[in-house]
Amino acid sequence: MKIVVPIKLVPDLVEELTINDSGTALDMTWLRLIINEFDDHAIEQAILLKEKSGGDVIVLAPDGEGVDDMLFTATAKGADQVIKLIGNFEDGVNSHALARAFSDVIKDLQPDIVLTGVQAHDDQDGSVGPLLAEFLGMPYIGYISGVDLENGKALTKKEYPGGLIGEMEIILPAVLGIQAAEQPPRYVAISKVRQASKTSAIDEREVTDLNQSGGPIIDRMFQPEAGEKATMIDGDEEEIAAKLIEIFEELGVL
Amino acid sequence: MAQTTVSKSASFSETFYSSLFDVTDGERIRTCLQCATCSGACPFGYLMDYPPGRMIGLLRADKFDMVLDSDTIWMCVSCFACTEFCPKNIPLTPGLLTRAKEEFLLAGTIPQELQDAFENSQRYGNPLGESPRKRADWAKDLPSEVTILRKEKRPVDVLWFVGDYPSYHPRVQETSRAMVKLFNLLNVDFGILGPEENSDGDSQRLAGESGLFEVLAEKNGKVFDKYQFNEIITTDPHAYNAIKNEYPKLGIEYPVRHYTEFLADHLDELQKLLKENGKTRVTFHDPCYLGRANDIYDEPRALLNAIPGVDLVEMSHNRTNSLCCGGGGGGMWLDGFQWEKAHTRLSEWRVREALLVEADVLAVACPYEAPRFEDAAKTVKGAENLIVKDIVELLFDALAT
Amino acid sequence: MNQDIYVVIEHLQGQVADISFVMVAAAKTLAQETGGQVVGLLLGHNAQEMAKTLSADRVNYLDHPALAEFTSDAYINVLSKIISAEAPRAVLLGNTSIGADIASALSVRLGLPLVNSCVSFSADGKFTAQICGGKIMTEGSLPEPTALATMIPGGYKPEDGQSAQPPHITPVAIDEIDDLRVKFVNYIEPEAGDVNISEESILISIGRGIQTEDNIELAEELAELLEGTVCASRPVVDQGWLPTSRMVGKSGQRVKPKLYLAMGISGAPEHIEGITDSEVIIAINTDATAPIFDIAKYGANIDMLDLLEELIDQAEESKGG
Repeated sequence: MKIVVPIKLVPDLVEELTINDSGTALDMTWLRLIINEFDDHAIEQAILLKEKSGGDVIVLAPDGEGVDDMLFTATAKGADQVIKLIGNFEDGVNSHALARAFSDVIKDLQPDIVLTGVQAHDDQDGSVGPLLAEFLGMPYIGYISGVDLENGKALTKKEYPGGLIGEMEIILPAVLGIQAAEQPPRYVAISKVRQASKTSAIDEREVTDLNQSGGPIIDRMFQPEAGEKATMIDGDEEEIAAKLIEIFEELGVL
Repeated sequence: MAQTTVSKSASFSETFYSSLFDVTDGERIRTCLQCATCSGACPFGYLMDYPPGRMIGLLRADKFDMVLDSDTIWMCVSCFACTEFCPKNIPLTPGLLTRAKEEFLLAGTIPQELQDAFENSQRYGNPLGESPRKRADWAKDLPSEVTILRKEKRPVDVLWFVGDYPSYHPRVQETSRAMVKLFNLLNVDFGILGPEENSDGDSQRLAGESGLFEVLAEKNGKVFDKYQFNEIITTDPHAYNAIKNEYPKLGIEYPVRHYTEFLADHLDELQKLLKENGKTRVTFHDPCYLGRANDIYDEPRALLNAIPGVDLVEMSHNRTNSLCCGGGGGGMWLDGFQWEKAHTRLSEWRVREALLVEADVLAVACPYEAPRFEDAAKTVKGAENLIVKDIVELLFDALAT
Repeated sequence: MNQDIYVVIEHLQGQVADISFVMVAAAKTLAQETGGQVVGLLLGHNAQEMAKTLSADRVNYLDHPALAEFTSDAYINVLSKIISAEAPRAVLLGNTSIGADIASALSVRLGLPLVNSCVSFSADGKFTAQICGGKIMTEGSLPEPTALATMIPGGYKPEDGQSAQPPHITPVAIDEIDDLRVKFVNYIEPEAGDVNISEESILISIGRGIQTEDNIELAEELAELLEGTVCASRPVVDQGWLPTSRMVGKSGQRVKPKLYLAMGISGAPEHIEGITDSEVIIAINTDATAPIFDIAKYGANIDMLDLLEELIDQAEESKGG
């Protein structure tokens, strides 16, 4: 069973985001990148599948700051092979370009199942998972929170709002968009990651053409106005309560 | 040695046991009397499946893997009480508990809150997950400017290692600001590292992440190397412990003092600046990493006694048997887990002890403590009026200017 | 050239999802500019009734047993043929467990550009989209000749996409749908039991300021009057005064109510994490410097217990008269 997990790095929202000079994209110079949280879940789900049903886990990521550490962490968690895509990724690539790049490499790997995060917060033109599925000619289900493999099929749990789950069967090979792994991404001790970086390798694949067609053209990127502090209501309890009742009525709550 | 017919390969218990000898004085574990003083001294010993004494028993019975099946090891707050009272002077905290936690980590089983703190420490240089660029924001808009070494690039007398909570936690930032005023009044030529400072890593180390500790220490070591200063002063006993006792093992060696030692040295000068602010009954909580871990008990008391109007009283657990606030060894990031098991907090016990001696003020000297004790005071009956302040803040309040 | 705006109607277990109405409302804005019609695309089996409340100009209803429950493969199969044949000006889909499963595939299969996570459209056909958890907004023109766009809620009220007058409903025949690689098996219903606060619209949240277990009754009274639910920050749950299902925050639940009334809650970062999706936060706390006031819309510096009694009296008056 070959389980392939393509992942990407996204802007870390802990830091301030700034917009570049042309006003149409994020300024990449000061951007801190972290692994897309849903991709982290995809790695975890892949390792769980390997522990449940055996197989090999291959993790792929595009080159970027911190990618080596991320891939060695995957190795330390149990990935059998990690591959870094080398290409012109510094200025940022959209999901279509990344999905195309992944599909070229993944085709050759001939996976049984591809797991990737269902979405990323910087997806302006759709998510990598469903795009990749179509490029590979594979079926796709997203918002997955449980996977079991059986004879050429995967039985999945798809999340709908309000806690409703839809159980769906999908024929392999297939791409699944992971919402949550069956358990939270495990912790791996830093000493293990360091050891992985000394004893294992990251394979590389060149990506020559990053075709970004399929996305929107942005005229303007901006930050919404910063929030202000609370408007304070003065007075004694009667006055404050009265004002609150007014607000409740305005909101349609009373 | 006699030939055995069955092949003998080292069991997990044996391998683990041998690894303990690598810790300074670690071989003393062989002399354990199984007296259970450690388990009795441990504040959460009553809740552990395998408190220290029992762990050693299991090691000897070649059944240490049983310990890995229990999660109560995370009740240990690395408070050094077991180490302090062991009649055979076995270094239990570093030489057993911390090593055991490392095994849990390697096995990948740790509570989620702790995992988040580790991941944040690695990514952002602080367990709180705050932006590293904002580490010195607490020092903006102060009446006097605080020298950030990267910007000013000049030699200073004192490098003030501020620490995570004093940099980012709103309550503890107040202590930092008070410290600035005191340094200025004493004409101390000091600088801080600001965004270049990383977590000292000591609590992460004690919670089992030795690899993370090394990464953080190395980063700090490189930054220390860049600047010229005569000594490091820190307001954080955990950072003090790390820089004094652990960093040298990694080749990072600098003279370091805790601020209580430093200020006690300047006591005559300081005394002249203090005025009486009314009579207050003050009790001092000995931080584990200042007291038991580093034998500093007198300097904080000297400072408190120097404040006119202060009547210093001792709680029942004081000095060597001080009762941990519960924050050390990862405790700050295990609150949910420990609450689930204990349904009580060590900080609440301590607040009750302060009430028993009718203290108006609970004085502290470690950044974990003010927020922990203030939270505890909100839920302990009768503690609504208890004031919790760092010694720095009490000195600041007593300044004549 | 076809200037119609198509909306892929999302429905689950016999109910039309709110996002469908939001998209119809959005489509109406767009259709004004293009001069086309708002066309709902309803896929299902024996599901024609669901088209009735849509405020579209017309609804094309496609019935097939394979469409009885949503599956990505069947929907992509059917929609790609329609869009390819009819080439509307734009197709709106939800950025949801339904829409997001199919939008990207359509983009690749049909070679059409896709704009993700749109909040609204302007009268002159520009989109405004939201990324990075709402920290970044983008604007641009909808690509020509046919644009695919996924939408998130927030820019339009569902009511604006509804109508008492049913639209014109056209049944459309479908060719066989074969080679389906995804099969719906069954639903697993969520656990019955205590309230799911993450789905509640009005939340009265209490913190340490409630002081005793008995006082929670007051919060419950107010909640009842406002038809809301009581929830709490961690310390209250730790005391055992409310079940963990009511806990809001990093270790508890993320909530997204219309109204979040935070009483006696200081606003520690772990708590704030759980409430940033709230529409309106009102904070009551005796500490004027409590961090909760940094993110609340309204605040009052008063003891929550004093306020609760008064608020209950006045709310009763306002309701009962």
